[in-house]
Amino acid sequence: MSIMELNGGSVIAMVGKDCVAIASDLRLGNQALSISSNFQKIFPVTDRIYIGLPGLASDVATLRERFRLRVNMYTIKEERELEPETFAHLVSSTLYEKRFSPYFVEPVVAGLSKLPTSTPESPKFKPFICGTDLIGCLNFAKDFIVCGTASEKLFGVAEGLWEPDLEPEDLFETISQTLLNAVDRDAFSGWGAVVHVLTPDKVITRTLRGRMD
Amino acid sequence: MNSLVSKFSSSTATSQLKQAKKHLQQEEEEYGEPAMWGSAGGFGNMAAGIPSFQIPAVADPTSFLRLHTDDAADPSCRIKIQHGTTTLAFRFQGGVIVAVDSRATAGSYIASGTVKKVIEINPYLLGTMAGGAADCQYWETYLGIQCRLHELRNKERISVAAASKYLSNLVYSYKGMGLSMGTMICGWDKTGPRIFYVDSDGTRLKGDLFSVGSGSTFAYGVLDSGYRWDLTDEEAQELGRRSIYAAGHRDAYSGNSCNLYHVKEHGWTYLGNYDISKLHYDGPGDVPGSAGHGYGYSERTAGLSSANDPAPSTENAPAVSVQA
Repeated sequence: MSIMELNGGSVIAMVGKDCVAIASDLRLGNQALSISSNFQKIFPVTDRIYIGLPGLASDVATLRERFRLRVNMYTIKEERELEPETFAHLVSSTLYEKRFSPYFVEPVVAGLSKLPTSTPESPKFKPFICGTDLIGCLNFAKDFIVCGTASEKLFGVAEGLWEPDLEPEDLFETISQTLLNAVDRDAFSGWGAVVHVLTPDKVITRTLRGRMD
Repeated sequence: MNSLVSKFSSSTATSQLKQAKKHLQQEEEEYGEPAMWGSAGGFGNMAAGIPSFQIPAVADPTSFLRLHTDDAADPSCRIKIQHGTTTLAFRFQGGVIVAVDSRATAGSYIASGTVKKVIEINPYLLGTMAGGAADCQYWETYLGIQCRLHELRNKERISVAAASKYLSNLVYSYKGMGLSMGTMICGWDKTGPRIFYVDSDGTRLKGDLFSVGSGSTFAYGVLDSGYRWDLTDEEAQELGRRSIYAAGHRDAYSGNSCNLYHVKEHGWTYLGNYDISKLHYDGPGDVPGSAGHGYGYSERTAGLSSANDPAPSTENAPAVSVQA
């Protein structure tokens, strides 16, 4: 029995044209026994950064609070908003702190980072996604990041469905289909899903009706 | 001359078998081992009698097999046998209901969602499949052959008791060699509807109600609370469906769909395949005994209290519902 598979669950993030999407299933289990179909794994960090935390449920709760603390401390000390790249390194160092007794979570970060040419009048953003392993090795991908018990299946479907420069609605369709079809092949993920699409002016959040078995 | 005498001196079954064996041996020399031509188990080959299998050429084949196939003891072992199932059968006034799920898993991977876990041994005998898929399929098909031979020899259908005992004796002879099966042999004979539970340890039990597999506890929960001897046919069929749904819902290793059978006096009938997700949201549809709504908790309790928000309208509901 692997501790990474104790509670189950999967997260996926994808890049689109001036937008990013992050999605997860909603299952919380105890090995084969499914407990909850409403377990949140994706959390907002700022208006333009979301983090997905698949893995051990207790560490999901702990890390969520630790990241909240460190992001608040950063924002207060620096007196400016946190950028996704910075947050990714904050995640990485938080995880590596526990190099020899790790948190059993593999975070996925999705966000929109402000471009240097951006001005308050005409803001410009660049999509950003990254994943890490459970001790904080950063993986900056240009297309998609997958994590959790269904990661192999997610890789397969995402490789087949993803294409560059998808508009928000098309990206939503792609990430939803990828997630739903992948978790249908995984015993430990599923029981509904939630998708967030981040665009420069809004965040679209939708809950999906998935298979309940 | 001697061979001629032996050829015509007797016509008993055993002597004929002996001759057949001799003939087969001759064939073997000409055409090679029967294994090369397909079944080494002796299907359609009365001369070979009981199937024989190749055994690993090591000092202790039993522990060798266990070392390489027992994934509970060693998850990294090379041969992974498909596990995880929910099957149930119960006896009632109107016969026997047999209901099973259709998921096959190898580790956390759902290898198939369309497995037939009810093996139709013959028109009045059903066997269920839990544990090793190949073991159940092979030996229950083999049981079908033996049941037919019994029928031809004795001009009478085999009783469920005899058929299940044949199977249990057979798997017992392979005890410790890694066979993995938990099965229910269900049928109707002179004595009425009968269910026997047979597993690869050699256990054989007669009973009214059984459930086997990783999801059996969930199925028993629903089954026990709804079971009565005087259930009507419709009620019994609904109870079977509802029990498999419960297991498919809660057990990660069970699900996808439910196959339902009803055994009556003149043999079994197949009642259909029900998608478990559809049962959750919409119920079984227009079938006898249907509750007319989804089995899922949120579907049944929507809008009943402040804790349960009204469900989004299911009329023409899109596959994707938008959250406020």
